[in-house]
Amino acid sequence: MSQVPAPTAAPPRFDVGCVRKEFPILAREVHGQPLVYLDNAATTQKPRAVIDALVRYYTEHNANIHRGVHYLSEAATQAHENARRTVQRFVNAREAREIVFTRNATEGINLVAQSVGQAHVGEGDEIVITGMEHHSNIVPWQMLCERTGARLKVVPITVEGELVSEEVERLIGPRTKLVAVVHLSNSLGTVNPVERIIELAHQHDAAVLVDGAQSAYHLPIDVQALDCDFYVATGHKLYGPTGIGLLYGKAERLDEMPPYQGGGDMISSVTFEKTTYNELPYKFEAGTPHIAGAIGLAAAIDYLTGVGLDQVAAHERDLLAYGTSALGQVPGLRLVGTAANKASILSFVMDGVHPHDIGTIVDQMGVAIRTGHHCTQPVMDRMGIPATARASLAMYSTRGDIDALVAAVGRAREVFA
Amino acid sequence: MFDLRDLYQEVILDHNKRPRNFGQLARPDRSAEGYNPLCGDKLTLQIEFDGDVIRDVAFDGSGCAISKASASLMTESVKGKTLDEVRALFEKFQAMVTADAEVEPDADALGKLSVFAGVRAYPARVKCAVLAWHTLRSAVEGADDVATTE
Repeated sequence: MSQVPAPTAAPPRFDVGCVRKEFPILAREVHGQPLVYLDNAATTQKPRAVIDALVRYYTEHNANIHRGVHYLSEAATQAHENARRTVQRFVNAREAREIVFTRNATEGINLVAQSVGQAHVGEGDEIVITGMEHHSNIVPWQMLCERTGARLKVVPITVEGELVSEEVERLIGPRTKLVAVVHLSNSLGTVNPVERIIELAHQHDAAVLVDGAQSAYHLPIDVQALDCDFYVATGHKLYGPTGIGLLYGKAERLDEMPPYQGGGDMISSVTFEKTTYNELPYKFEAGTPHIAGAIGLAAAIDYLTGVGLDQVAAHERDLLAYGTSALGQVPGLRLVGTAANKASILSFVMDGVHPHDIGTIVDQMGVAIRTGHHCTQPVMDRMGIPATARASLAMYSTRGDIDALVAAVGRAREVFA
Repeated sequence: MFDLRDLYQEVILDHNKRPRNFGQLARPDRSAEGYNPLCGDKLTLQIEFDGDVIRDVAFDGSGCAISKASASLMTESVKGKTLDEVRALFEKFQAMVTADAEVEPDADALGKLSVFAGVRAYPARVKCAVLAWHTLRSAVEGADDVATTE
């Protein structure tokens, strides 16, 4: 008699050991030591499901998409559009056409800055950003302001690494056209109160772009609940391939925006007299896209949601608390970024040892961390430091990784004693 | 495991802790700023000439141990040298930190500077070691731009 399996209501229990087995690179050694990978805010490692999806695509389905009448082209088109629907479900967008594939989060921001800027921003208008933005959420807006005569307003941050809330209220006003804010700071780990910022901006009819490069793989994302106008993220931090990113935009916003780049796929018809642009989202996807990248990203999202976003978030919360306490006990070490609401990032400096030297020394013990300004020079200036050493977590990180980091940091202290 | 002491030799650690010629000159003839955007190292270099001889040199700023020690040791080794001699030294230094591991540094010409031979095993740190030298060159050439290692 065959048994019908009972429907599984709850996802399986989170088991970091099982998760690690799915990431082949974690089994390798570096400098003769087991790899301890704590540079996840820069990029995450890839599960076998993603690697296999890429291999399968190139082995079995490779063809250019759209307008092909042959079998492979149709299969590739379908896989690409299925990937878009996977992303749509992942961020809970209302419609698949609200998802534009980009190269990365940076390109998503540039797309919005160029396109919204061209159509809707002029002299005297204001763009509001914050003091903890990544350079990619600063420079495109500076360029827009230079082009249009708009002014850039920057919400300052506290020494703990939180936005000064009175300044948020003061700077977002009737002249504000757009607010661009990072969801989860890559150098401080601060989770910003984006819901409140979005609410406030909308009272002044300003659009809000949320930079989700760091948040998309640590926090469950619901763009409808957030009510943001734009949300950008990148595939390679989401356990997916490099070169693929996503831009979510409310359909009514995207509809009224002019195209970003011209070329094939973004048109309905072309004559030398007049070109008609394609519908959403293709209007913003000129040229052959990163088809394999989109498929790989969908595989990554399927894997992540299969493990369970809430479980991953809980696991990372536990590790962050453990790491905060363990690093806090290292003499002369100071954590940079101590906001009340934090995730996944442990940035620190140490008396008498420059972060760059810490990075080199811990690397010799197999521990990969990042050192420098993390593309957030204004944050470093605000904190009065040239750089930090930064350990960043992912779903496969363990307490053992943190212990290895603490031991390696201790070695750095010895060298410089 | 590669021995960290090959990179962080005692001389380097010492010059990091107690950099020589650290500060400012009263009457510099030339000065330049150096910046390594990779790790945020920043330094200012000042030179006093006697004809084409470097009579005095000083540096100021902040950086990692490699960049600070390199600046400190560089100031010691270029003092009293002609610009031609300094150029030749820079070339030898740069060759040493970018050479293959088996190439022996020209210890006679480089003297104490050969402690930086270990840097070549750490490609990401070569820029730290040469920052002071690039800054020296832009000070000598009187370039207005900030010298960077990029």
